[in-house]
Amino acid sequence: MLAPSYATPREKLTYFFFALFCTLVFLFLIGPILVIMPLSFSSEPWFTYPLPGLSLRWYVDFFTDERWRIALQNSAIVAVFSTLIATGLGTLAALGLSRGNVPFAGLILSILISPMIVPVVIVAVAMFFGFAAVGLNNTYLGLILAHAILGTPFVVITVTATLTGFDRSLTRAATSLGASPWTAFRTVTLPLIAPGVTSGALFAFVTSWDEVVVALFLSSPEQRTLPRQMFSGIREQISPTITAAATLLVIFAALLMLTLELLRRRSERLRGATA
Amino acid sequence: MAVATLEGDAGPDVDRTSLKTKLRRAERVNRARSFSLVAPLLLFVLAVFALPIGLMLLRSVENTEVRDSLPKTMAALGEWDGKATPGEGVFAAFAEDLVQTQKDRTTALVGKRINYEVPGARSRFLKAGRLIDAGGGGPWKEKLIAADAEWGAVEFWAIMKRAGNTLTPYYLLTSLDLRQDASGAVVRNFADYSIFVDIFIRTIWISLLVTLATLVLGYPVAHLLAILPPRHANVLMILVLLPFTTSILVRTTAWIVLLQSNGVINDILLALHLTTERVQLIFNRFGTVLSMTHIQLPFTILPIYSVMKSIPASHLRAARSLGAGPLTAFVTVYMPQTLPGVGAGCLLTFILSLGYYITPALVGGPQDQMVSYFVALYTNREMNWGQASALGGILLLITLVLYAVFNRLVGIDKVKLG
Repeated sequence: MLAPSYATPREKLTYFFFALFCTLVFLFLIGPILVIMPLSFSSEPWFTYPLPGLSLRWYVDFFTDERWRIALQNSAIVAVFSTLIATGLGTLAALGLSRGNVPFAGLILSILISPMIVPVVIVAVAMFFGFAAVGLNNTYLGLILAHAILGTPFVVITVTATLTGFDRSLTRAATSLGASPWTAFRTVTLPLIAPGVTSGALFAFVTSWDEVVVALFLSSPEQRTLPRQMFSGIREQISPTITAAATLLVIFAALLMLTLELLRRRSERLRGATA
Repeated sequence: MAVATLEGDAGPDVDRTSLKTKLRRAERVNRARSFSLVAPLLLFVLAVFALPIGLMLLRSVENTEVRDSLPKTMAALGEWDGKATPGEGVFAAFAEDLVQTQKDRTTALVGKRINYEVPGARSRFLKAGRLIDAGGGGPWKEKLIAADAEWGAVEFWAIMKRAGNTLTPYYLLTSLDLRQDASGAVVRNFADYSIFVDIFIRTIWISLLVTLATLVLGYPVAHLLAILPPRHANVLMILVLLPFTTSILVRTTAWIVLLQSNGVINDILLALHLTTERVQLIFNRFGTVLSMTHIQLPFTILPIYSVMKSIPASHLRAARSLGAGPLTAFVTVYMPQTLPGVGAGCLLTFILSLGYYITPALVGGPQDQMVSYFVALYTNREMNWGQASALGGILLLITLVLYAVFNRLVGIDKVKLG
């Protein structure tokens, strides 16, 4: 299937090894994730195959243990609020930058993207010092602000990407027909860039949802998030409850990826319709 | 005639200037409006992100412990020529300062600061503090030197005097395995303290290994995804994107489960009789590089894939029809065109690898910890914030230089997600 019709036998052999190599790489990529999931259904706390028996006890443990429940709740609170801040500010900034007349746009964009590039430990330590001075350490607000910073680059990038294909004459037409700038934005621009905004928001959400380093520095046990709870669990002794949590997170990631893919298709369709 | 024309145009000309002014004003309003959209996020990032980092960088040269705790000593040392042991004046001032630091319980803090440069100074300070608490008067010079002859060392007082400056290159020099001797010259640091250059080299080396591994594994996969019909490519793309969106902690946990000595991989190796005893695959360099490669692979694949996707298949066919062999056609026609993607993917992976902390901490051994680990260690455990900031500052500098290169070569606006 891969080799062109004019390929020689030797070339066909090359293509066979190429396909084999790629298969192994795909196995490397997906294997660890597939291996960890069945272990969460094991009836015994050992990580061995074949499974000694099936059981849901680790899931029961996950949902009934107070610590995991609080961690889940904290993660949800912090992720939702930091996503709202990141998406709001990030979308506005992308809209402003895409108008093409902001002075020093290149420099501003590099600054806005830099939280994605700067090593996260530096962000964590700097905020740990800086937030201590204003009493934001060990508060939900501090963690939310920090995660919002880490999420904004994703929103800026995805919304900017959506806006590069955006036809400006549409909003001009709306305003010339009497719509106020706000109405034009709400009824014309927003529906068209919505897929980009949503996928940016999902990336921001998952950034906060997965973040552990900043959470380790800025939060007390009271604000302990899911990754932080997992981290301390892995450090000490991997309990099977962690594999149950991991499985749930993988399913969550799969749903997220599916949503992103659907959004990407929708965005392409919308762009096709306006082009 | 020319004059007449000019006069004739005078009317519209006035209009044109006013139109120009109006246009300029409208543009200015428009620019201000665009900027006002960007401003909230810019201010947010500057205040919550850039400002704390800037303040952290200041900590790497800040040096207030000695200046604030021993003000009288520093004033007395101001007139000292540095040739012989200071006179009783300096010692008396020092004793007065120590009375205050004993009251504030900061003697240990100052001692710790001096201890960075003069090993053993902390206990010497604590001892002096107890001497002060015991009461009695001077002369302090004799008393202190009697307690510990080192109080009489000229080099010690030279370092004390220097430690009173508001700014110090000490932490940055230490991060580069250098130190200032008593005369102020920069020399190689003591062997026991010279650990940081090794750590930086190790960080860069691990990042290079990971980058290379992701390129070797990712390039063929990107090529496969680019040449397959979209229907198949989309399915395989899921295998790249699912790990990409899965929590790093989950993936690290998975590797621990797989690689540990009674883990799945060892079971397979034993079952296949490839080894006779269980192999140590984790808590070493191998486990670190393997897990990091797994996490970074999608970051390398995606930029290469998006470049390969834009190369028309006809190029290879043309090369073949002109007589090039399959290998020649691939190497001379196809590969050069993929270089921008290779550059973008590798640079991105290298930059992100430099900052790894969690994965090496969980699956690496003591010899695999990277700079980030030591930034965290000096912040949390050692409480040496100057050192943490200096190490962080150097790591940040390396990262930002590479980021600038990335920006110049690729353009950050070209980065695509998913």
